[in-house]
Amino acid sequence: MSNSSALPSWDVLTKHNVFPVANHDEVARLNFLTHLNVHLSSQILPGVKTAYETQVKPEIVAETGEEPSSRHQVRQHMLNNGYFQMWSALRRNTMEMRHQAARAQVLGQIENIVDKVDKACHNDANLQLDDNVVVPPNVAMVDIHCQPGCYYQEYFENDVTVAASYDLGLFVTTAGLLGALSDGGGQGIANWLKTQHPDFKPKRILDIGCTVGHNALPLAEHFPDAQVIAVDVARPSLRYAHARAKSLGLNNIQFVQANAEDLSQYADGSFDLITTSMFLHELSHQAMPKILKNINRLLADGGLNLHLEQPQYAGMDVYQQFIRDWDTYFNNEPYWGPMHELDLKQVFADCGFDPQDMFDVGVVSKVDEKIFGKPKSEGEDYGRSPVWNALGLWKGKNAKISEKVA
Amino acid sequence: MSELNTQLSDAEKINLAGTKAKGQRPYFLADKQTEQALSVAMTLAMELSVTKERLASLECLLVDKGLIAKGELDHYQPSKEEVAKRSVDTQAYLARVLRIMQQDKEELEANDPDMQSVQDELTKSEY
Ligand SMILES: C[S@@+](CC[C@H](N)C(=O)[O-])C[C@H]1O[C@@H](n2cnc3c(N)ncnc32)[C@H](O)[C@@H]1O
Repeated sequence: MSNSSALPSWDVLTKHNVFPVANHDEVARLNFLTHLNVHLSSQILPGVKTAYETQVKPEIVAETGEEPSSRHQVRQHMLNNGYFQMWSALRRNTMEMRHQAARAQVLGQIENIVDKVDKACHNDANLQLDDNVVVPPNVAMVDIHCQPGCYYQEYFENDVTVAASYDLGLFVTTAGLLGALSDGGGQGIANWLKTQHPDFKPKRILDIGCTVGHNALPLAEHFPDAQVIAVDVARPSLRYAHARAKSLGLNNIQFVQANAEDLSQYADGSFDLITTSMFLHELSHQAMPKILKNINRLLADGGLNLHLEQPQYAGMDVYQQFIRDWDTYFNNEPYWGPMHELDLKQVFADCGFDPQDMFDVGVVSKVDEKIFGKPKSEGEDYGRSPVWNALGLWKGKNAKISEKVA
Repeated sequence: MSELNTQLSDAEKINLAGTKAKGQRPYFLADKQTEQALSVAMTLAMELSVTKERLASLECLLVDKGLIAKGELDHYQPSKEEVAKRSVDTQAYLARVLRIMQQDKEELEANDPDMQSVQDELTKSEY
């Protein structure tokens, strides 16, 4: 087998101070699951498309006399297709195995991790918890992406099991593409700002729905003179995030327990940069406008708002839509589909933004050399640089200049 | 070790590691039990892979410590007696894995009674 087809080992991830340690077999288990995920998506998933083209689509055409017209119609028919059933059963099961492996590993050392988190959190103004914050229905109704306990459950006082297992398990579904600190999205934003807007120097940055802070930290790092506020509703995730940031040497980021539907503690126009990463798809039709209105209120004139997300469904063929929609129904991501079919420009306009200010851009994070080694030649990335879709707006600036991918 | 007492017993930790995510679980195969059997098989596949890696690590350690030479294991020639023993072991192993098929075959040949008819037979007379 050639070198470049080998996948990186989970063990190359950066071991910050609260990162769960792994013994030999635990590493082997996570690597097996990573390979299984890659096998399912590279070797088996293409067969699902073939099953659609050769079996299911002709069936639909024969039945209705027309080409399939919606992802829902495709899904109803695919659910009876044996190849799709088997791929789905394997994919769902692999997700569950990932969670069990990660949780077993974390629970085996949870006392040590909690000890360290407790010490890092003790009397530190960079962590602001608020017991009055209630976990909203969009987070509480199901355990999102099948992670038992979601982002917020604590199994004993000050427990951080769910946060630590989220941190260690992301690698398994992304095979290292997120980088050694699982922060590819945030690195992408920082990289884009650095190359495309070198003069933009935000003083105050808000990251909403930060979870364990993966994608907020690159901003704190890139703008050392700025104050970053990262908010979430999930207490254990915030406590873990704070300890993680501190151990990585970042002190200009404050983790705040708050519901983004109510950010009344912050003044109008008090942030020059407001970001979210993979956040909008976990909201609800009720929460989204409230949060967007808050962003509009909190963003300074001339400030930048950026949302990292997978691309919207509009313009994609129905098979693409259907396959991207799998998580909506089968991986506990109920708002994924509804959010991806919204006309976001319209939604933003309804919340008071000027649609003329908005733009779409791809941001690219560099391939992490810590994971994939040094490129052999300039620009070589084995096609690995993930492009992140960003929806952005410069408030009041009418983004006439077209933004460039970086 | 940490002083912290999580008040979670080993049994509770094992249970929590495998707990279900909130939200109804979809089943895709025509038969739910078949899908559950698939799930068991995949976990066993993982554990086998882990074991293979463990053996590979052990081999590396033995080489590093000079107890065996690199490649020695690959070129190892078992003795005649060892070959014979392994053949029997492999037969027993396969028989264990495929026991259900052996027993199904025996049942096809045996014409076994079902429990209800045995019970009826055993309770024929008044007590
Ligand atoms: C997919 S995660 C975001 C991942 C994270 N931004 C990253 O890049 O690693 C979504 C997060 O949003 C949080 N969340 C959902 N609704 C929220 C709300 N109304 N206010 C604050 N946080 C919220 C959840 O608790 C969860 O941690």
